[in-house]
Order: sequence, then C-alpha cells, then structure tokens
Amino acid sequence: MDAYLLLENGAEFHGCFIGPEKELISEIVFNTSMSGYLELVTDPSYTGQAVVLSYPLIGNYGVCREDMESERPLLSALLVRELAELESNWRSEGNLRDFLIRYDIPGISGLDTRAVIKQLREHGTMNGLISGRHYEGEEREALLRRIRDYRVRDAVRRAGRKEISEYPPSGDGGMWTAERPRFRVALFDFGAKQNMIRSLQKRGCHVTLYPPATRAESILRFAPDGILLSNGPGDPAEERELIGEVRRLYESEIPIFAICLGHQLMALAVGAKTYRLKYGHRGGNQPVKDIESGRVYISSQNHGYAVDAKSMNPEIAAELFRNVNDGSNEGFRYLRKRILSVQFHPEACPGPGDSAFLFDRFMDMMEAGHER
Amino acid sequence: MRDKSIRKVLVIGSGPIVIGQAAEFDYAGTQACRSLREEGVEVVLLNSNPATIMTDREIADHVYIEPLCTEVVEKLIERERPDSILPTLGGQAGLNLAVALSESGFLESHSVRLIGTTELTIRKAEDRLLFKETMERIGEPVAPSRIVRSVSEGLLAAEEIGYPVVLRPAYTLGGSGGGIAQEREQCREILENGLRLSRVHEVLVEQSIAGWKEIEYELMRDSAGNAVSICNMENLDPVGVHTGDSIVCAPSQTLSDREYQLLRSSALRIVTELGITGGCNVQFALDPESFRYFVIEVNPRVSRSSALASKATGYPIARVSAKLALGYTLDEIRNEVTGVGYASFEPALDYCVVKMPRLPFDKFRTAEHLLGTQMKATGEVMAIAQCFEAGLMKAIRSLEQHLSGLRSHDYSALDEYELGELLLRVDERRIFVCAEAIRRGMKLERIHELTGIDLWFLGKLRRLTEMEGRLLGEELSGELLLEAKRLGFPDSVIAELCGKSEGEILEMRRKLGILASFQMVDTCAAEFSAKTPYYYSVYGSQDEAGREGREQAGKKKVLILGSGPIRIGQGIEFDYCSVHCSFAFSGEGWETIIVNNNPETVSTDFDISDRLYFEPLCPEDLRNIVELEKPDAAVVQFGGQTAISLTGALREMGVSILGTSPEDVDRAEDRELFDEILEKNGIRRPEGRSVRTMEEAKHAASELGYPVLVRPSYVLGGQGMRIAISDSDLEEYILAIDESAKEHPILIDKYVRGKELEVDAVYDGSEILIPGIMEHIERSGIHSGDSISVYPPRGLRPLARKRLLEATEKLARALCVRGLINIQFIAREDEIYVIEVNPRSSRTVPYLSKVTGIPIVSIAARILCGHSLHEQGYRPGLFPETGYYAVKMPVFSFEKLRGADIALGPEMKSTGECLGIAKDFHEALYKAFRGAGVQLPKHKNMVITVRDEDKEEILPIAGRFAALGYRIFATRGSWKALRKGGIDCHMVRKLEQESPNILDLVLGHELDLIIDTPGDGAGASRDGFEIRRNAVETGVYVLTAIDTARALAEALESRIEELSLVDIASF
Repeated sequence: MDAYLLLENGAEFHGCFIGPEKELISEIVFNTSMSGYLELVTDPSYTGQAVVLSYPLIGNYGVCREDMESERPLLSALLVRELAELESNWRSEGNLRDFLIRYDIPGISGLDTRAVIKQLREHGTMNGLISGRHYEGEEREALLRRIRDYRVRDAVRRAGRKEISEYPPSGDGGMWTAERPRFRVALFDFGAKQNMIRSLQKRGCHVTLYPPATRAESILRFAPDGILLSNGPGDPAEERELIGEVRRLYESEIPIFAICLGHQLMALAVGAKTYRLKYGHRGGNQPVKDIESGRVYISSQNHGYAVDAKSMNPEIAAELFRNVNDGSNEGFRYLRKRILSVQFHPEACPGPGDSAFLFDRFMDMMEAGHER
Repeated sequence: MRDKSIRKVLVIGSGPIVIGQAAEFDYAGTQACRSLREEGVEVVLLNSNPATIMTDREIADHVYIEPLCTEVVEKLIERERPDSILPTLGGQAGLNLAVALSESGFLESHSVRLIGTTELTIRKAEDRLLFKETMERIGEPVAPSRIVRSVSEGLLAAEEIGYPVVLRPAYTLGGSGGGIAQEREQCREILENGLRLSRVHEVLVEQSIAGWKEIEYELMRDSAGNAVSICNMENLDPVGVHTGDSIVCAPSQTLSDREYQLLRSSALRIVTELGITGGCNVQFALDPESFRYFVIEVNPRVSRSSALASKATGYPIARVSAKLALGYTLDEIRNEVTGVGYASFEPALDYCVVKMPRLPFDKFRTAEHLLGTQMKATGEVMAIAQCFEAGLMKAIRSLEQHLSGLRSHDYSALDEYELGELLLRVDERRIFVCAEAIRRGMKLERIHELTGIDLWFLGKLRRLTEMEGRLLGEELSGELLLEAKRLGFPDSVIAELCGKSEGEILEMRRKLGILASFQMVDTCAAEFSAKTPYYYSVYGSQDEAGREGREQAGKKKVLILGSGPIRIGQGIEFDYCSVHCSFAFSGEGWETIIVNNNPETVSTDFDISDRLYFEPLCPEDLRNIVELEKPDAAVVQFGGQTAISLTGALREMGVSILGTSPEDVDRAEDRELFDEILEKNGIRRPEGRSVRTMEEAKHAASELGYPVLVRPSYVLGGQGMRIAISDSDLEEYILAIDESAKEHPILIDKYVRGKELEVDAVYDGSEILIPGIMEHIERSGIHSGDSISVYPPRGLRPLARKRLLEATEKLARALCVRGLINIQFIAREDEIYVIEVNPRSSRTVPYLSKVTGIPIVSIAARILCGHSLHEQGYRPGLFPETGYYAVKMPVFSFEKLRGADIALGPEMKSTGECLGIAKDFHEALYKAFRGAGVQLPKHKNMVITVRDEDKEEILPIAGRFAALGYRIFATRGSWKALRKGGIDCHMVRKLEQESPNILDLVLGHELDLIIDTPGDGAGASRDGFEIRRNAVETGVYVLTAIDTARALAEALESRIEELSLVDIASF
C-alpha cells in the first residue's frame, strides 16, 4: 500500500506502509545508528516523533524483546529504506513488521531516507504528514498549515511511567541484595530508558522509580542516597513545573546524576537557557570531550535541544563535556554540589557504552555522601 | 600535540606483492608518507617493490628500493640518520624488521625510536603466548590451544581441549600438513604428517570454532588513550575461511546492537591494553547461538582490512595513523572528507559494502580450490550499494571473470545429491551453488546446516533467485524492472531472462526514467554536508553527483579507467600508471574522474582524483557515469587489459579516446594487419599463423615445425599461452583455452630461442623517447613477467641494438601511437624478431621510470594533452644509461596455493616483483635475489634433476655450485650426466621408488635449493610436480629454468660482502 511523507516545506516522498495504514502528523527526526533499531523504537524520548533511520537495512536480526528500552514503543512512526524480509538471530522472537503492527505503530519502507535526511539537515527539524494519500491543490495547502502548526504536547507525561515502581539489585550486582542494597536511588522518570535502571541495578543499587507527576518532597522524604534524573522527550523549557521540582532537588544535599532531559532541566533550574538544535544529535557516533581530562568518548545521543553553556552561571556549574563536532554543551559539573549532568546517554542501548563509567562516578558521589 | 622532536622518519614498505600482502600497503604507505610530509617531516622510504607509488620521488624525500633485510635497514639508518621509524604501515614485513632491530638494541644505540607503536605492543599482539597471557589478564577469551611435539602429546591435548580440533604445524607454508580432526584416529593421522612437515617438529592443537560468525573491527587509538571504532565487518563465510578469501560486508548485518557493542567494547579494551597508537584490527569469532566469543587475532598495524574499512567508510585510516604517530590526538585531526569535525568520531554508513576476493585459480588450474585458513586470493573488489543484493551483484561483475550474476556458473545439470555434496565444498563458487540449491527449492535451513552461512545472507540470495524467476516468468513491467535494477541486475541479465535485447531494456528504462543516480560516501550518513566527491550508483533515489551546469568553468574533464582487482598478470603496476595519469592531467588543468573497484589501491583514495566513482568496470556501469559526467575524453592506455577492453564500449557511448586509436590497437593485435605493417617496415617476427579451428592449427604447426607457441589473441599475462611439441599437445591446449578467449583467433608461432628484450617507449606522433631497454635473463618461452629483467641489457650486439631502436620507432609510427608503447623482441646474434607489441602501459613502466628517473606516465599523459616531447624538454631517442644496473626479480606465492604447479612457462605465475639496483651488475643481481627472499647458502645441499635437453647446459652451472661448496644430489638421469661431465654428486632415488628417496631428502629440512627443469609439453614431469610442491611448502628454493640457476650461481659467486645503497630520489 502506497505511503507518502509530506514535510512542512512541501517536500514529498513516496514509500509503502509497513504495519497499520494511518494518517498522522508528527515531528520528523533522523537517527544515524547502524544497529539497535529496537532500542530506538522503544526509547521513550521519541514520544511524538517519527524517526527516519539512515541505515538502509532495518529488521535484519528481528525482535529480541529483552532489548526493549521501555514496555512499548512511543514514537509516532518509523521510516526506513528497506525492511528485512527474512530476519536472522538466535535471540529473535519475531520480525519488526509484526512488532510494529502489534503496537499499532505505522511505518514506511522503500523511502528515499537519505533524501529526507538531507531535507532535515538543510531546513532543520520539521513536521510532516504520513498518509496513504497524495494531496494536491487547496487541500494540500491547508494541510501544510496544519503540519507547520503541529506541536508535541504532554510528551513527558506520556513517556513516563504512571506508578512508583521498585527495582532491586540484579543478580549480577554481586554482594548486594534486595534487603541490603549498596545504595537506594530515586529515579525521576521523564521517560527513562530501561538500561538506566539496569545500569544501576547491576551496580548493586535499589532503584525506586517516580512518575513525572511526583513532587520533589515525595522523593526527598525517603532520603535516597542519590537521585537520577532521566532522559525524556520534548522541549525542556516548556516543562515549568518539572523545572521547579528539579530546583528543589538541587537545593537538597543529595547527589544527583542527570541525563539528557534531566541535564537540561537541571540547567534550567539554576537559571541557564536551552535552545533548539537545527536538527538534533541522534546516533551512536557523537564524540564528546571531557574538558578536564582532554579525553574524547564516543557517545550515544538523542536530543533536539541543548543547554547554552554561555548562559550557565560559572559560579554554579563548570562545563564538563563538550561535543567535538559542533562545540555544543554535553555536560556540567555543579560546583559545591555533588551533581553531575550529561547531555548524552552513558546507558547506551543503542550505541557505545564508552561512558558507562559515569554510573560508577555516580556511585562514588553517593559513597562520598555517606562518608559525610 | 605534535611531537616536534620528530623530524626525519623512516617508513618501511611491505616488499613484493605476494598473496596476503598486496597493494593495500602501497595505499597505506603512500597516504602515510603524504600525511607526514604535510607536517614538514623528512621521509626516508625503504621498499624493495619498484611497482609501488610510495617509492616515487614525489612521495618521499629519499627513496631506497633495496631488499627488506636487517642489514639494509641498519646501513640505511647509519647513512640517513632518521630519528624515528614508523613501522606499522608496511604490513607484516615492515613490522618484523622494525621489531628485529629494536630487539637487537640497534635502534637504541643509534637514537632511533619506533613511533606509533612500541616494540612491547607489537610483541604482545604478535607473540602467541604473550598475546594469550595479555588477553587472559583483561578477561578477553581466546580459543584454548596447546603446542605439542609428539603424537601422544597431541592426542592428549586434543582430548583435553575437546574435538573437533584444528591442527597447525609450525613453520610450514600454505597451511600444509594442517587440518581439522573430528576424532582420535583422524587426529593421529594429521599429527603424524604435520610433525614430519614441520621444520621444528611442532604442531599447534587448537579448539575448532569453525562455523562461528567471523566479525572484524577496525579501530584507531591515540597516545592520549582516545579510541574509536572506524568500521565493523561481517564475513559471509563463517570462521574457517581466511577473511581475505571471504565475502565480507560492512557494516555487520546479523548482529543486534548488544552483540555489536559487546565486540566493539572488547576490541576497545584490547587496543587499550596493548597500548596501540594508530590503526589496529581485531578479529572475533562469535558463537551464532550465544553471546560467547573468542578473539582470533589482533593486527597492531594497518592491514588489508583497514584499507577496506577506509574505502568502505571514507575514513582515511593510514593518514590519521601517521598523524597519531607524530603525537597528535584524534580530536586534533580534521575530518578531511566532510570538512566538519575531527578524526575522533565513528563513521556512520547509510549503504552496504560488499567485498569479494579475486582468486587465482584461472591461472593455476591444478591448484586446490578449497578455501581455508591460508589466504589464496591475489586481490579483491569492493562494491557499494543500498542493499546487500545489489552490492553482491556489483561485486560479482567487478571480478572480471566473465560473471554477470548468480547464474553465471551453471549447476543445473547436477542432481540433488551432487548439489548437496558441492554445498559442503568450501570454495570460491559456493554462493553460486547455494543459489542453485535455492532455485531447486532446498530449504534455507538445510543450506545453512550444510554451509554454516547465516540465514540472512541466504535470504538475500533467495531474493536474487526469486527475481530471476520473476524476470523469466512475468511480463516485464516498469515496477519489476525498477525492482530488478534496485537488486543490482545488469541489463544484460535482465535481457537474457526476459528474452529481449539489452538495447530494448535500456530503451525501456530510458522511457520510464529508471536510471542510475549516484550517492556520496560521506562518512556521516548525510548528517553533515560533505566535500569529498566519492560516489556509488543506486536506483530509485535522488542523485547527488550531477552538477546541473555547475561545472568548473573552463575545465575539461577526463575519464580515467582503473584496472580492477589485482590478479596475476595485472598487478599494482597499472594502478601506478592510473594514479600518475590522474596527477598529470590535473597538472594540465583537467578535471579528473577515476572509475575503479579495487579497495586496496591508491587510485581509489579520496584525494587522487577530482571525482571518484567506486563502480564495476563494465560497459553498463560506465555508461551511467558517462551520461552523467559527459567527459570530454577518456584515457584507457594506463589501466591494463581491463581498461583497453572497454575501449569499444566507450566509443559507442560517444566518448573520444585520447591516445592511440582503438583501430590501431586492433592492428597490433590482428595477425594479418600486423604482418602487413611488419613487412612494410622490414621488421622480422617469428613466423606464425592465425587460426580458428583445430585442423587449421595442426596444419599451421606442421608447416612451421614444432616446437610452436600457442596462445589466444587479446590476452595479457600470457593467459592460455603454451609451448606445444606435438599434435597431441596442441590438441590438449586448444581444448583447454578459456571459453571467453575463443571468440578471438588463436595464434600459432614458430618458437624462436634467443635473448629476450623489452622496451617501453613514448611517442608523440613525430618523435620517440625510449627510456631504456631491458633484457630478460630467462630465454623466450618463459613469460616476460616471470623473467628476471635487467636494465640496461648486457651483451646486446651494437647492430642488434640499432635494429631494435629503429624497429621501435617504426612500429610506433606505423601504429600511429600517441603515448605509451611496449614491445618485446628476441635477439639472435645480430638479428631481432618482434614477438609482441602493446600500444599501452606495461608492467615494466614503473620500474623503468624509477631506475631512469624519467616520469614515463606523466610524459605520455602530457602527450595526450597535446604537448610534444620537444615542448616537454625531452630529446628523442634512447635515453642515456644511468650507470646503474637494475634487476627486476619476479616473486611468486606458490607456497600459498596448494596443488599449483610452480614450473615456469609462457603463462605468467608471479604475483609481484622486487628490484636490485647497484653500480655493479652482480651486486644488483644479488640484491634482487635477497629482495625476493633468497638468502643462500645455508646448508649447502642441493638437488639437480633436469630434462634431457638441459643436461649439457647444466654441467657448468653444477660445477659452479660445486665450487661454491654445494653438495649435489641428482636423480638417476641427471646423476649420470653430471658424473660423465666430471661433477661430484650423489644419486637420489625418485619419488616412486622406495624410501629413502628424494622426498625424504626434501623433508629432511637441510636442502637449500632444487634445480628442476620440467620437459616441455603438458604430459611432462608429473612426479616432478609432487617434489616441487613438497619443496615449496617446506621452504626450499626451487628453480625451474636453467637461466635462473645460472644467474643464482653468478650472484652467489660474487660474494657480496657489503651492500651499497642507492637513493633513487637523487637521480
């Protein structure tokens, strides 16, 4: 069945529907990872976005459910060049087509993905319409206005989990058990990827996950050893309430590790500014430089907004990481606080785990908290 | 930060091209040298291979084409006083030399340091035990193994490790004596044989992981500890086939992100632990049923895989490696491809790369075709496409083996059982067999069980066979046609399957707008706008290469065809010529466009041409480029036979060909037309006939009288050329001539014995420049590419020389040559005979350019641009000799090809060459032998077994070896002759006789050399074959031509004590 992608600038691309044949408007973003499509599809940060994959052969190794980064996909559509007819991997439990159908996520294959990505690169992130119809004339003009006006709403609330949940240390957490965890970590969930939880569990932490609607007091009341502010979708500056809650967490003495949206909210909470990147950083090959050590790490990234490092009060935080490609901010070390924040994804999945040591640094921060 | 104390660096190349060490090191070395000089470093280059670009004076400040041995490097260091050595760009050969000098303390005492990678790092990666320990320390698994010295020890080890086990005898070549044992008895058998073959009587017993997925990672690490993975690659063939012989794709296709990152992280831990600075390659075996993996191998240097990874991603690994060696860190080196960002990133691909090996079985029909852990390919092709299917189809046709798709090898006559048997055979045709099995409806799971090939790849083959079926059975709709093109089907195959003509398909495509478009290799999957115009073709996507009139104003465009995969007969020399052609045209203000598909070469580097198309060198693929680029002209005379054979196709597309016209090229090939020219100019040639049938052939031979030389016309490298001594010989040869060659006539010549000579010349239409004359040591009958070649000739009579020069000029004029011409002559006393004329570049051009200092290709290219020799400042005629002798020695890879007959003849067999250069002829000869790896005497034992015709001639040669202190063994006939001639020697029994016989002598590991001249004709010396094979596999030097033996005796007699060094950049 024919499918069309109409971008807000009027560029149109043709392909075939995979999965449900739906018409919808969405923000269109692209990702350059060459593997990890399932992690990507189930990453809650894509809530309300349709993702174009630059790698042309998708679905090769099927669906391995244990690789899912959340319970269900939240992206609005998946746009690919070619979907595998035959998948092959020892862990595969099915194919990507059936997976998308099961969760009612539309997709397009046979799309000239490189051409779409070049449009996004030149014009910046755009909205688009996914449809089984090709529109013309007046109808098309009216549609284009609607497409341009579209905004993702309530993304964080949709991406985060609905209830408080508990995750004890995992089997590979060594000497630490559910009764005697190494640390108790509060995870403020704005759409957290599963591997953040796993990364803490396997380091012996007991994780208590708080939904996005949680008030800071509720978290502080339980006096966790540390707080993790998760990734999540949307424009951080619009999340005024959340920024307020994060400010209260900032004012506590509890060690905080903030990732992606969490990093942006923390920066906003102390008065810094965020801005929209032209077309975002999404992929598994983004180099970030540790300004203090000079070391460069390849990181997994998925963000459309960034913190303007110049807007950060130097009395409050020092820039810790910077993107080697475009010099944008990738992390802060907060002064006189045990707070560390990064724009990229040390939990990887998909992508390289080169910066997973940051979770160990978080452990050290909590250790130091205990010693005090 | 740049280490300013590094001012003068010695770069060691990899020596002659052999199987397993090919053009990729010229590519890496050239890129590295340019990268170093950009930084103001003075570069001293050492490489024994004269056909390389790296040994050009434009590439390095000081160029030494000398044997790669420690004494040469030591002398060179004393003379040039470099402060550093960059050891990681010259393959294993360069690395080993650097380590040897470091270990001996020589480097330290001369204040020279290894840059890039330390000796300890190299040892940790290369020393089997140290490597194992290192891996164990960081928890990286290696397959359990043990070295054993007896059968009982071996059986015990196998029990402990668990069957199946792989057995590898130490110090045997070509994997001989090794194998996989499934159980005890088989293990005993292999052990017994393997221990005997091993010089040190050692066999490695290792757990077999055959059938696992083979995955490679290419990494870069800098001295600050930053490390990135440039590319990963997945082999279609599971572990068990050398990666150089496997079909490989990039990036990996069947790994989930967890598996991808598991191995990536492991690879990064390994390079970090080893302390690599520069490029590194890590190979893994991954269990297809779990997360278990083993580290197979680590190469702490650039390698064939890194050349492939560079071309597959656009990331210039060698260039960056060189900068890292100077102390820069990855985040300080600009990404030259995109012009955005730095070298500290990982390329993202938005296409699929497929590499296929080019195997030499067309040249070695007797060689075993089975693929195993010993690499056999001489070269490779790479294809870039949007899907695996199209990549595979492009790669298949790039091989230039007359293959157009999966139906090109026909297995339709086989029954199910035979097909099943063939699927178990691991050879270069396995995917074609798989395709046939799929066509017959064999379940993919079953094929997977038999072959171990992942279902994903088999599914891709199925898609291709399904498309064949649809094209056969359905009406050709536009949709079907587009789908077929997307899957990489060439028009010729579509036409054949649909029962239409190629022209009809093209017309239909034009009408429907199903045309190729080109996309850019940009290292970043379109995330950034890239600058480098490096393209591949696709169907059904937007074009990125078209310029819609935005041409570079006033610049003419020239299309330069490359030479495709490296194979015997068409080696790196032609890449050398293509690259220099591009440089010369650039210099003349032209825009250069290169088309090639060989990832190992310099010509496919991103900054050699203005635009690079990585495409098959086939008419249809070329047409796509021509229609887009509309070049003003094309050049074909530098790309070897590949380019020449595309001349007609280019003309049909309306592209004008610069240089000698195609008609004149034809005149040189066509027997009758050529005879006319010769007659008109009073030039003689061995009498001959051009025939088309067996009857004509026999008739011609009887008229000329045996022996005769038989060969198909239109070949390079003497493919299919034979000496026939009887009608039955003739019959056998003509039947065996390659199918593809049959459309052209067969040439039968009287075989004239004499001194073989060769010239390369440049002609501008009125004047000729002859840079030099070369003489072949071996008499005619042995292919010129396999002969030792000497510049300048010795003992050429003045009258013969005069006639030769005149004939060269007359031929160039008569053939209306513009640019290069290569002519081979036979001189017999004062008379000269022409045996072959090639109005194009030859394999001697690079070597002759270097020893004479004349940039032959540049001069020829400038002639094509319209500048006469006079304008270029060259005087016509023979260029004055330089006062140096240069001896070009062929180098063979026989030990890698089990079953290949090593006897030399009219068909070329060498894979590469090295050069010896000195003021004194004997020293040059000695150096050439040394460069080819011949270091004698050792044990001073030798065997002589020669054919009857040579028994007279061998006497003085045997006498010279005896005088050198050699103990001579001979088989009965030769023994008799030698004794009669007064030479002291021992008789040794023939192979078929009881032990101890000649084989025991060979396997005694105390033999220096064998002189074995097999008789002419196909039936000759079948048991000599066995002996030669065993000798080669145990490292004994075997000579099969009497002239080579004489030259060796001469070289050894000269007892060169100290080698002189010649900086050819100072000529």
